[in-house]
Amino acid sequence: METATIHKEQTAGKKHPPASAWDPFWSENDELDLSSGKYTKIWHGPQHPGVTGNMALELTLEGDIIRKCHTHVGYLHRGFEKLMERRKYIQCFPIVCRICVPEPDVNEYLFAAGLEELAHIEIPKRAKWIRTLMLEMVRTAFLTMVTGGQAGSFGLGTIGQWAVTHRDYMLDLFEELTGGRVYHMYILPGGVRHELPDGFGDRVEKVLQKIEKLMATIEKVMFTNAVFKARSKGLGVISPDWVEPFGITGTTARAAGIPNDVRKDNPYLIYDQLEFEPITGTESDVYERAWLRKEEVLQSIRLIRQILKKMPQKGPVREKLPNVLNWKVPSGETYVRAESGRGEMGYYMVSDGTEYPRRVHVRGASYTHAMALLEQLAVGNDVADLAGLMVSLQTCPPEIER
Amino acid sequence: MDDLIKRIETKFTILDKKHQRDDLVFLTMEKSHVVDVLTCLRDTEGFRHLVMISAVDYIEYDVFQLTYLVHSYERHVDLGICLNVDRNNPVMDSIHHLWAGAQVYQREIKEMYGIDFPESPRVDEPMILEGWDDIPPLRRDFDTKKYAEETFFPREGRKTHDPRKVMEEQLYPHESKVKYEIKRLVRGNRNHS
Repeated sequence: METATIHKEQTAGKKHPPASAWDPFWSENDELDLSSGKYTKIWHGPQHPGVTGNMALELTLEGDIIRKCHTHVGYLHRGFEKLMERRKYIQCFPIVCRICVPEPDVNEYLFAAGLEELAHIEIPKRAKWIRTLMLEMVRTAFLTMVTGGQAGSFGLGTIGQWAVTHRDYMLDLFEELTGGRVYHMYILPGGVRHELPDGFGDRVEKVLQKIEKLMATIEKVMFTNAVFKARSKGLGVISPDWVEPFGITGTTARAAGIPNDVRKDNPYLIYDQLEFEPITGTESDVYERAWLRKEEVLQSIRLIRQILKKMPQKGPVREKLPNVLNWKVPSGETYVRAESGRGEMGYYMVSDGTEYPRRVHVRGASYTHAMALLEQLAVGNDVADLAGLMVSLQTCPPEIER
Repeated sequence: MDDLIKRIETKFTILDKKHQRDDLVFLTMEKSHVVDVLTCLRDTEGFRHLVMISAVDYIEYDVFQLTYLVHSYERHVDLGICLNVDRNNPVMDSIHHLWAGAQVYQREIKEMYGIDFPESPRVDEPMILEGWDDIPPLRRDFDTKKYAEETFFPREGRKTHDPRKVMEEQLYPHESKVKYEIKRLVRGNRNHS
């Protein structure tokens, strides 16, 4: 009771600082007297079931309430950006897909798109449709898994298992199409690796129906569950004023009522030919973000159906390239972006006219979400809710420590 | 976009312009103007989303190029503001007061390139490389191969394949066969003579 009162007093007005008095480092300004015996310091991670991936949070607790949170990353650092500077462009494809494990195709697409822009390559029309299909399929698989993960982080583990199974049905399709379940390397410069197998669309449709059914069940079991509601409503509220200073994008920004979607704002591939509207929310808490993610799975399913219906049935899928092992890409720099499940993902690529990239910088959405934002958002919350908060921000460590 | 660049040109000197796409332009500016340009873009031109801050090491010109990429949600265009920082005195003004998210980028650049951003919060704390005592690893003069050979040891019975050779054999089997045959003959002759 006592802790609850302290919590209420000290966090009053902190969740929604007014725009005029907005201070980006308000949690840093609290000086805590660690020798007072009131506080406990603990490490949450790097090996912890409630942490997304391998990262650690250094928490200062007062009872169960978090008073200070510092993110520590580096447990998963493989130096992707440095590795790419020492490899030929084509050799970078097995590296880029590892930057986000559940959603690798966005990385492949962006690296290929940046390269095509620097080398002035126009890809065939059908390849664009197949790429979009691939991106939406992987988005569906990723968001389904995150919805399950969100349920799991609040103790509804069964939903997590259903979601992982349904992601696996999608992985079966990827395996059929590309030979790989998790990493596909299907999107290559100049188009895609090869044609879709016969009857692929029908098999995609079957999986989509399964996922739709799952989402209907999840709506009943998860979103009306009293425990889930009690724990997620009002947790991790992001004020719309925070969106721009922290560079928040994707579902997290849309849940705050800001309709930013790269697919709509800066249409790439064939998104300008598809009919969809960004889904926005108002509450901007963990519940709202989970709800939006579920809605976006259904939106992606509708998009996949549109793509399969409108896609040209014939045509080349790959442009002929020069010998990729001696391919000198003209010098220049560019930035390409796409909407990933977590938000805006972008590649800043610099070429100096040689066979090797000069610099590849990966801009992932979780970079700012997990580092700057989470440190502020965790303060004042219960330590038991931290796992749900992290899943809700979709922190993905490999994207932070490229 | 052209109007916007003209407006910037009236206030600040633009050293170089690169029109990459209709919605993406890179401008190279003086180092001392950059924070003012970014403040102006954010407050008056609607570029309120800081997409990323990145650095490129141009060791041959003895400079680091810093790129600040800003995006406008109203016009849906990007502007890259580039500047050169002297490699021997790598210091740049911090912009954490403009965007709270910038502190993370600055902390990473400090660690990976050694470019200092005084007054940026926690900029001296290690982010990814705890206990690193070598030169900043994303600099061009950091030798990854040498580092790997010194730090890790070869394991008995482990084979390594040159990825380039494997790819050549798979993608261009005939060319690769001819190439390696010629190499073998030339080397054979060289050794013979």
